[in-house]
Amino acid sequence: MKKTLALILAPALALGLFALIPASQALSDSAELTNVSYDPTRELYDEYNKAFAAYYKDKTGNDLEIVQSHGGSSKQARTVIEGNEADVVTLALAIDITAIEEAGLIKPGWQSEFPGNSSPYTSTIVFLVRKGNPKGIKDWDDLAKDGIGVITPNPKTSGGARWNYLAAWAFADAKFSHDEAQVTAFIKKIFDNVLVLDTGARGSTNTFVQNGQGDVLLAWENEAYLALAETPGQFEIVAPPTSILAEPPVAIVDSNVDKKGTRELATEYLNYLYSDEGQRISGKHFYRPSNKAIAEEFKDVFVLNMKLITIDDPLFGGWGPAQAKHFNDGGVFDQIYTR
Amino acid sequence: MNRWGRENRALKTVLVAASFAFVALFLVLPLCQVLWKAFEFGVRPFWDSVSDTYTAKALKLSIITTVLAVACNTLFGLCAAWAVTRFSFPGKGFLVTLIDIPFAVSPVIAGLVFIMTFGRLGWAYPFLTEHDIKIVFAVPGLVLATIFVTFPFVAREIIPVLTARGTDEEEAAVLMGAGLFRTFRSVTLPHIRWALLYGVILCTARAMGEFGAVSVVSGHLRGRTNTLPLHIEILFREYHTLQSFSAAAILVATAVLLLVARNIVEGISRKDADCHVR
Repeated sequence: MKKTLALILAPALALGLFALIPASQALSDSAELTNVSYDPTRELYDEYNKAFAAYYKDKTGNDLEIVQSHGGSSKQARTVIEGNEADVVTLALAIDITAIEEAGLIKPGWQSEFPGNSSPYTSTIVFLVRKGNPKGIKDWDDLAKDGIGVITPNPKTSGGARWNYLAAWAFADAKFSHDEAQVTAFIKKIFDNVLVLDTGARGSTNTFVQNGQGDVLLAWENEAYLALAETPGQFEIVAPPTSILAEPPVAIVDSNVDKKGTRELATEYLNYLYSDEGQRISGKHFYRPSNKAIAEEFKDVFVLNMKLITIDDPLFGGWGPAQAKHFNDGGVFDQIYTR
Repeated sequence: MNRWGRENRALKTVLVAASFAFVALFLVLPLCQVLWKAFEFGVRPFWDSVSDTYTAKALKLSIITTVLAVACNTLFGLCAAWAVTRFSFPGKGFLVTLIDIPFAVSPVIAGLVFIMTFGRLGWAYPFLTEHDIKIVFAVPGLVLATIFVTFPFVAREIIPVLTARGTDEEEAAVLMGAGLFRTFRSVTLPHIRWALLYGVILCTARAMGEFGAVSVVSGHLRGRTNTLPLHIEILFREYHTLQSFSAAAILVATAVLLLVARNIVEGISRKDADCHVR
């Protein structure tokens, strides 16, 4: 019987010691950096981390290990607030980083620390339609026509869906020359055409791509290209003349880098995103490079002459006011979508 | 009598068929689907997916967490079962009920509790940072979460056996001058060894697959705090279907092995019990 107990406990102790090995390894001189990011950037940072580690090795002769974490953007911000010791965060929305700032981990003013509102790459909302575009969808007003099945996630629960909504709003605002009653009616028509309102962007993509629902999917440009690559020959991307400019921001988590002594490394890591190599990698993974010259190299991929409106446009006045007006309980979206 | 027999036989056939159909449809078929998806393109792609650095690290991490959690729960299970069945003290019934909390509480809540305790906003955080201890978003947090979820398995298996045995033999041993540890080793342990092993196996099976609580405290640091179940979900969501199902196939295989082990243990323990009765 002693044997049975020993059989159970001996490997347990052995593995317990085993578990301590990585901890002691961390004490060696190879540098380490933790990047907490959001869901669709996985492939982008897979490649970028390799490139940066090679660059770092070249420059300093030291090895660098980059630990990557991906998940829903707001959820990821939350884990950093709760003590997930990220050196840098590369998230989907500025408000997620602002949340970390409000928790006292990032100093105010982070958004001017790096060029372009601390967004090394941008993205926009495009249409994914079925091959040959049988319904002839070209612009936002085509979405409001009768008999068009629209797929988008719910703006109440999905960050991405808010961009879809606001992009449509920006279009309508120009079309109806700021007449808010008409704009609201137009947005209502689009949402009346929504067949399935999923809770998240990936859910909507699945609804459209796998389950074959609807005529048009409103999606992030990078997500649309990913879906295109997954299912060759079934879909095509339509870039509407007007859309919204999303600027996924990056920031150094000040408290954590000061504690770990990694500020210099973290700064270099984020700066390198703006280098020619970093910019090309983001373009390759369907994020628009913020460097105009590099973006030009991808002119066959991205429609570069779209009119893109930012969230800081007077029309929206930044995330805070936009959120309060459109998406909070009782906001414009609640009024038009009462099903 | 004859009619009864016939009707019973009909009823039996229907019930057995229905049970098999249910099990096949809702349990076996989905698992076969996992294996089929994993080996859809042959063994080579399966092996490539499984030997991916992060999948291998996730598997290693899952094994480490499972072993540590099972070891803790075995120790605890023995102590608790011994205490509950061999001593009488106020609040005993209450303690037995408390052991079952993890069965009733959602794993997500377990995870959140650890975050609220050991996280940056938790009350234990100042003490932890002072001593440079990391619990949540690190391996200790994963082990704690797994322990919480698999807490009752070992204790729950042993308690009924000890209760059924009664205390006579142990009393005799003590009267004959055996110390407490000697009594436990030579008298109690032989009676409960199969129940103990059975509990350990169940506990292992559950710990390997734990998702909810671990997901909350993990922080999803790839190669660091990503256990195999978490890794599978991430791979799936990122459209890496083959890698995801290949990794899932490992878990299914582990589960099947553990079930086989469970059945063997059950068989042996029954034979063992028969011997004792004779």
